Amino acid sequence: MRTAFCSAMVELAAEERYFFLTGDLGFMALEPLREVLGDRFVNAGVAEQNMVSVAAGMARVGSKAWVYSIAPFCYARPFEQIRNDLCLNRLAVRLVGNGGGYAYGSMGATHHALEDYGVLLALPGMRAYIPAFDADVRATVRAVSGRTLPSYLRLGRTELEDELAVPSYAPWRRLQDGEAGVLIAVGPPAGGLWRALHERPVSDRPALWVVSELDETSFAPPLELLEAVSRAAKLVLVEEHVAQGSFGQRFLHFLALGGRRTPNLVHAHARGYPSGRYGSQSWHRHECGLDVPAILASL
Amino acid sequence: MRSSEECEELPRLARRARRRLIKMHYESRIGHLGGNLSALDVLICLHHAVMSPEDHFILSKGHAAGALYVALWSRGLISEEELGTFHADGTRLAGHPVPGWSASIPVATGSLGHGLPVALGMALARKLNGEEGHVYCLTSDGEWQEGSMWEALIFWRHRQLRNVTVLVDLNGLQGFGSTREVASMEDLGRRIEGFGAEVVHVDGHDHRAITEAVREHPGAVVMLHTVKGKGVSFMENRMEWHYLPLSAEQYAVALRELESL
Repeated sequence: MRTAFCSAMVELAAEERYFFLTGDLGFMALEPLREVLGDRFVNAGVAEQNMVSVAAGMARVGSKAWVYSIAPFCYARPFEQIRNDLCLNRLAVRLVGNGGGYAYGSMGATHHALEDYGVLLALPGMRAYIPAFDADVRATVRAVSGRTLPSYLRLGRTELEDELAVPSYAPWRRLQDGEAGVLIAVGPPAGGLWRALHERPVSDRPALWVVSELDETSFAPPLELLEAVSRAAKLVLVEEHVAQGSFGQRFLHFLALGGRRTPNLVHAHARGYPSGRYGSQSWHRHECGLDVPAILASL
Repeated sequence: MRSSEECEELPRLARRARRRLIKMHYESRIGHLGGNLSALDVLICLHHAVMSPEDHFILSKGHAAGALYVALWSRGLISEEELGTFHADGTRLAGHPVPGWSASIPVATGSLGHGLPVALGMALARKLNGEEGHVYCLTSDGEWQEGSMWEALIFWRHRQLRNVTVLVDLNGLQGFGSTREVASMEDLGRRIEGFGAEVVHVDGHDHRAITEAVREHPGAVVMLHTVKGKGVSFMENRMEWHYLPLSAEQYAVALRELESL
């Protein structure tokens, strides 16, 4: 999604003035943006705490600021700067974390982002954006740009080779009909599941939904989805994020507070490093039961 | 910038503010007086004789909030009534500055090591936007044990920002010891200088010296040689006054001493 993100930011730069700060990352991806922005493209160096606070200062004097890094360096290293300088001050800095979940694979655990949106959504005003497809990125960038409070954009990798059938971006989308329960995925895993399920007859597959925006205060699943969940024999929730602070916990909390029925539940989520060994993103997914075959087997 | 004649007024304004600060902390039974008294003179200088309306001030040493509130009160920017709510339930005058209610308090501070990088962001945006205005940032000396200060210093020097001035309240005492004992920080000015910053040393209680240094050295780090607890004999250079509140007897003595200044 980095290429799509860069293109969207280049397009945005033609329409509005903003600062883009990177923690010395973006090689072979963000050069076109650097070219377009000139001195408004700020390589803040390997100093993420400073970078986030500098962005806060820019926002405080009325400028728009984006902050980019590998996901954990974007939200974990400068967490107090996000909490104090952005969220307490209600400053609309846009954080962009590349490589959500296990996306950095065998680069190792320090480069994974397994608790990013759970941690950030505990902060006041924060909204997390998790686009599922390359085709979502432009609309997501527009949505993030339009916010007046802090945002976190988690970039991953699309899991569809052909995105022609992808419905227009929306925070909640139904990707396909189905009669065998409801499956809701957060961001990119929806693509792989869609590929695996779409050849099945409607009677033999779950309704597939993807959610791409999570918010502390306005968590509002569409009525159509809630009705489907209320009728479903099984609900499967899929996300590359640990259970604590997850979408799954939020969704179940929402159902419980509304007095809604909870179907038979499967929550497929990241489980860290159970074997103490490391590998590709797909290897880690497999180890956690987050890969497509494991999810299909759970239906 | 204001006229140098106004500098003549600064000692009187500082004496009045010092008395009000002690009263405010006594009535609310709140400590942190030592670092407020060391910082008060520079706050009076900045807000009365240095800053223009388009300038910003950030109190990176947020635990000197009382001194900031009193300085703003002395400018008429905080009312006497509001000052009376310091630390009380429902107040806007918390022990560390909170955001969203005063243009004179651009951001919440209190956790050390945040104010300087925020100030740099304000200054960089203004510079690249072609906007006027200077940013002043007051830090403590112990605060320079935070890694983010050095991240910020590297960034500042690399960006060559002249529209930021940093003031360091060099009172030599921190929460649980002296800066010398805790982290061998007595040589802070030279360390900062080693990063390429211009460093100026002044007596942090000499209003004319502070004002002239800040006016004549925009973009510098001004090391304010101060006394923790300045103005109250039993507090001066005593670490415990980083935290302790005043008893009634101590308040009476402190007030007498300040009246005689």
